[in-house]
Amino acid sequence: MSSTLESPPHAVSPARVVAEPEPRTLVVALAGNPNAGKTSIFNSLTGLRQKVANYPGVTVERKEGVWSLSPELPPARLVDLPGLYSLEAASIDEEIARDVITGRMEGMPAPDVIVAVVDATNLERNLYLVTQLLEAGRPVVIALSMVDLAERSKLEIDIERLGQLLGVRVVPVTAKQRRGLDELARAVLAAVGAPAPGAKWRLSPRAEEEVRRLYAAGAANREEALRDLYAEELPTDEERREAVERARERLSHADPQWWQEPLTARYRWIEQVTEGAVRGASRDERPGTTERIDRLVTHRFFGPVILLLVMGVVFQAIFSWATLPMDLIDRGFGALGEYTRAQMPAGLLTDLIVDGVIAGVGGVLVFLPQILLLFFFIALLEDSGYMSRAAFLMDRLMRGVGLHGKAFMPLLSSFACAIPGIMATRTIENPKDRLATILIAPFMSCSARLPVYTLMIAAFFTDRKLLGFISVGVLIILSMYLLGIVVAIVVAWILKHTILKSPPPPLVLELPPYRVPNFLNVAQTMRTRSWLFVKRAGTVILTISILLWALMTFPRSAAHPVPDAQEGGAVQAMRETGVEAKGKPAPETVKSTEGETIEGEQLQQSYAGRLGHVIEPVITPLGFDWKMGIGLIASFAARETIVSTLSIVYNVGKDADAQSPSLIEAVRNAKRPDGSPAWTPLVAVSMMVFFVLACQCMSTVAVVRRETNSWRWPLFMVAYMLVIAYAASFITYQGGRLLGLG
Amino acid sequence: MSIAYAALEQSRELPERVETFDPVSVSLDRLRMGAHARVLAVRGEGAIARRLMEMGVVPGAPVRVIKAAPLGDPLEVRVRNYHLALRRSEAQTISVVMNDK
Repeated sequence: MSSTLESPPHAVSPARVVAEPEPRTLVVALAGNPNAGKTSIFNSLTGLRQKVANYPGVTVERKEGVWSLSPELPPARLVDLPGLYSLEAASIDEEIARDVITGRMEGMPAPDVIVAVVDATNLERNLYLVTQLLEAGRPVVIALSMVDLAERSKLEIDIERLGQLLGVRVVPVTAKQRRGLDELARAVLAAVGAPAPGAKWRLSPRAEEEVRRLYAAGAANREEALRDLYAEELPTDEERREAVERARERLSHADPQWWQEPLTARYRWIEQVTEGAVRGASRDERPGTTERIDRLVTHRFFGPVILLLVMGVVFQAIFSWATLPMDLIDRGFGALGEYTRAQMPAGLLTDLIVDGVIAGVGGVLVFLPQILLLFFFIALLEDSGYMSRAAFLMDRLMRGVGLHGKAFMPLLSSFACAIPGIMATRTIENPKDRLATILIAPFMSCSARLPVYTLMIAAFFTDRKLLGFISVGVLIILSMYLLGIVVAIVVAWILKHTILKSPPPPLVLELPPYRVPNFLNVAQTMRTRSWLFVKRAGTVILTISILLWALMTFPRSAAHPVPDAQEGGAVQAMRETGVEAKGKPAPETVKSTEGETIEGEQLQQSYAGRLGHVIEPVITPLGFDWKMGIGLIASFAARETIVSTLSIVYNVGKDADAQSPSLIEAVRNAKRPDGSPAWTPLVAVSMMVFFVLACQCMSTVAVVRRETNSWRWPLFMVAYMLVIAYAASFITYQGGRLLGLG
Repeated sequence: MSIAYAALEQSRELPERVETFDPVSVSLDRLRMGAHARVLAVRGEGAIARRLMEMGVVPGAPVRVIKAAPLGDPLEVRVRNYHLALRRSEAQTISVVMNDK
């Protein structure tokens, strides 16, 4: 990396830049409204040479790529700013963009040139950001996008005239056909070091008069006087502050909305520019396609129906199409583990590698198909323009709980898996609304809960019918989904009225024209998002899974001979005698092999097993015994692990799945020390309720940690969900017993 | 802009002149669906009013309510050649005048 330039670029003549022996790396910032086609241009300019990280301290994505401006020069750094409507710093995105443009972002020099992407079909609003960029005093080049669409709607833009009126170069660009990219590079090179055009708009005569007075009263220049007059904070200098206060007083006397003048004035100037440079199509008519599509898509009746269909497809994809690759990954890592075990000498190291590392990496990668698929759909829906319609349709319902319409999609995704759902909350601008959405997302019954439901139903509710035809099992699963939703609504309401109290989020949402999605953008989104997941969440998941392995492995019981195991033939399962479970065989219907018994033995000996005993008094009121406790502890890594853990505890081998007859039998026959059955239908329901409401998923915790940039919120989430889960299970079990169901 | 805007400018200083310009000033949420109108004033304060104006909803801008969402709220509004979704509560803070026709 070559030297960075500290002084503003207009202090450097273009000649000097060229004369430097080692031409330094230019920094170009790419700014533009959302939906202006910025991402397509960024992708076309940089190809795959880009990287995504976060800006320090915030979760705003920092996208940067490498752009070869000309063969003679080292490629420039192209910084893609978040899509924004204004530099006024109302949201984090806007604050970041402003800091980057003014060179206040740490680790990033002020850009030499700003490329402003302007949507030709929506000139006026897009030019608003341009007026602010011009005010920032940096050289600006405009990349005019969607020119083909503007032509199709008979909008004639006199590009040269537009450039003259704005005082900057305007280059029409069609990213898909790669037209205009070279011209854009030339324009950027020509703009390096050129004097910045500055702001051209003027306030009303009355306001201009006040600006002149402030300038006379000691402001350094017009820009500063303007800032003093309209900025929220007053100048610290007492004399100047008084001058500003007097000026505001006079202005507000004439017009109570005096503060609106700069905004109105910018648009006044923009209208002059567009009147001078745009002809054709009446300015109030839009090409009809989008409106015609919307007649159906946001229709009173068909709108919600279409939304349901779209959701159905997304759901189906994540739920069932993803299972095949997920199984393959799962099996692949299982095979890899077995292969490794076979190749290495038996021992702790092998166990660590197989059960800790390989299983841990597999546990991360197994989510990839779901995440890729979800982001494929999200990118598709966003790029096509449908996503804002979904928010438009759902806003009224979501507002009922104090959430934004945009929270709908992430929450829905969370029914498949909370991880991509939580990552999808990034579209919500207000941090408090976003946090509220993140905190309730894990209540949506994700696919990892299904094995638990399946086992419980298979063990206790199969073949039961209500009124002769309604399957009790299906009914129970449905009520579990419903329970999650109801609790999520209540919690969202409480959060939004207490710690995340903020006025109901405003909805000022652009409904962009429908466009054919750009598949390069979609692919890029999938690539960068999933890589971020693997990298950040992956490290945490791996660490925790090694930790869990250690908890279940140490201390070793191998030193103790396994009693009875050597006595040949009839190896029997453990009798449930509580703490002294070790080696007191009792007749059991389920026969176990020797290896399975050793596994069970080891688990009971381990710290995890001891923890199971430690927490037993706490979980007894929920109807659980210490063996279930071990399952619960293990399930905090990932819910579905309770199935394999129970299999180990009940000595039926850890490869049993939720439908294995041996496991179902073992669960049915498990006994408490007093000989009564450990599991009853009521215990099973209590267990399911606990699984609906508790945050037993280290991947979710890791992702929340990453998305909120602190441990505070993930820990809060685990804690409050645990409290709710405990209370609900308690009420279920004790209430059920009072009703005589136990 | 121009004539309509000049009239608006004056109306801000001499409110009684509004009548000679257009007698009907309503808030945007009460505007008949499909009626063409122009923004007279954004009455709100703070971040939301600012955001609306940044998005082009400033005095003089052409607006038209396209439709309401299935549950009656939010509204889809066309402003300056693009479409914007707004809640009724936000639309209430925008007063508009109907174009004469």
